[in-house]
Amino acid sequence: MGLETAFGDSLVTTKISEVINWARKFALYPMPFGTACCAIEYMASVGAHYDASRFGAEIVRFSPRQSDLMIVAGTVSHKLAPILKNIYDQMLEPKWVISMGACASSGGFYDNYATVQGIDTIIPVDVYIPGCPPRPEAVLGAIIKVMEKIEKDTVLRFDDAEAEE
Amino acid sequence: MMKKIESRLREKFPMSKDRILYWQDRGFDYFFVPSWELFEAVSLLKSEFGFDLLMDLFCVDYLNYPTPLPDFMRFETVACLYSTSANRRIFIKSYYPAEAPEADSLVPLYAGANWFEREIFDMFGVRFKNHPDLRRILMYESFEGHPLRKDYDIKKRQPLIGPKN
Repeated sequence: MGLETAFGDSLVTTKISEVINWARKFALYPMPFGTACCAIEYMASVGAHYDASRFGAEIVRFSPRQSDLMIVAGTVSHKLAPILKNIYDQMLEPKWVISMGACASSGGFYDNYATVQGIDTIIPVDVYIPGCPPRPEAVLGAIIKVMEKIEKDTVLRFDDAEAEE
Repeated sequence: MMKKIESRLREKFPMSKDRILYWQDRGFDYFFVPSWELFEAVSLLKSEFGFDLLMDLFCVDYLNYPTPLPDFMRFETVACLYSTSANRRIFIKSYYPAEAPEADSLVPLYAGANWFEREIFDMFGVRFKNHPDLRRILMYESFEGHPLRKDYDIKKRQPLIGPKN
């Protein structure tokens, strides 16, 4: 006996966290931290042919304060690492990070004095994409993985209690 | 033209005339000039023979070279000069000792030498006297050592933030 019986098709009941997560997952604003060829591949994923807007993640914001999904695409050197951390810290909560390509995920074949061996040594990463560079399909797949993760997020405090039970 | 340059260099530097060598390899002309005469030699080539463009300036570390070289020949810089009027290019090589490698800066002759020399200083630790701004150009200021030296440990990491991995 929900409210639907009284109001018919004009009303839908759901959980507040599901509504918020539903809104969040279809309105991801990516912040591209593009340093190398992966950034070019990311442009292809956002472009018309592969069309990231099908998943609501096409409005690329170059300001960290306006975005909630950071896409680290390319090699990150030790000199650049503090900048990456700084930009990540500037992004507003809630935020997610995709590590795109071999270099960002593990340093790739740059096993040398200059390169960070995986950005997860500096910032938390939600989804890793393998490949050098990854195909646009893989990038879209990672965006879907982030969306699945957002779906399971808890929004309100009693949600946390529910999850613990 | 090259024979003329060779005799002119020997005439100009009578003290090191036995150290000045000339040879050809795969269509390119090479000169060997002692590092303490490098500035004067390049200056002569620029003013008298019209080599008005410094195309490249780079360094080699001959430590553990298959053909062993003495300690005073550990480093070698190679300057590639180009004559826009004669459409000729020549390579000027000179060697440096393992301890305190040093030469006169070519910046007074070619402004473009500035960043080349900073890079050589950064990567190999060869110092250039009279350089206007001899700082590291690629690595960060807190970086210790010179990463392209053959005795720099290949596994050595000096991250600014994050763990050493």
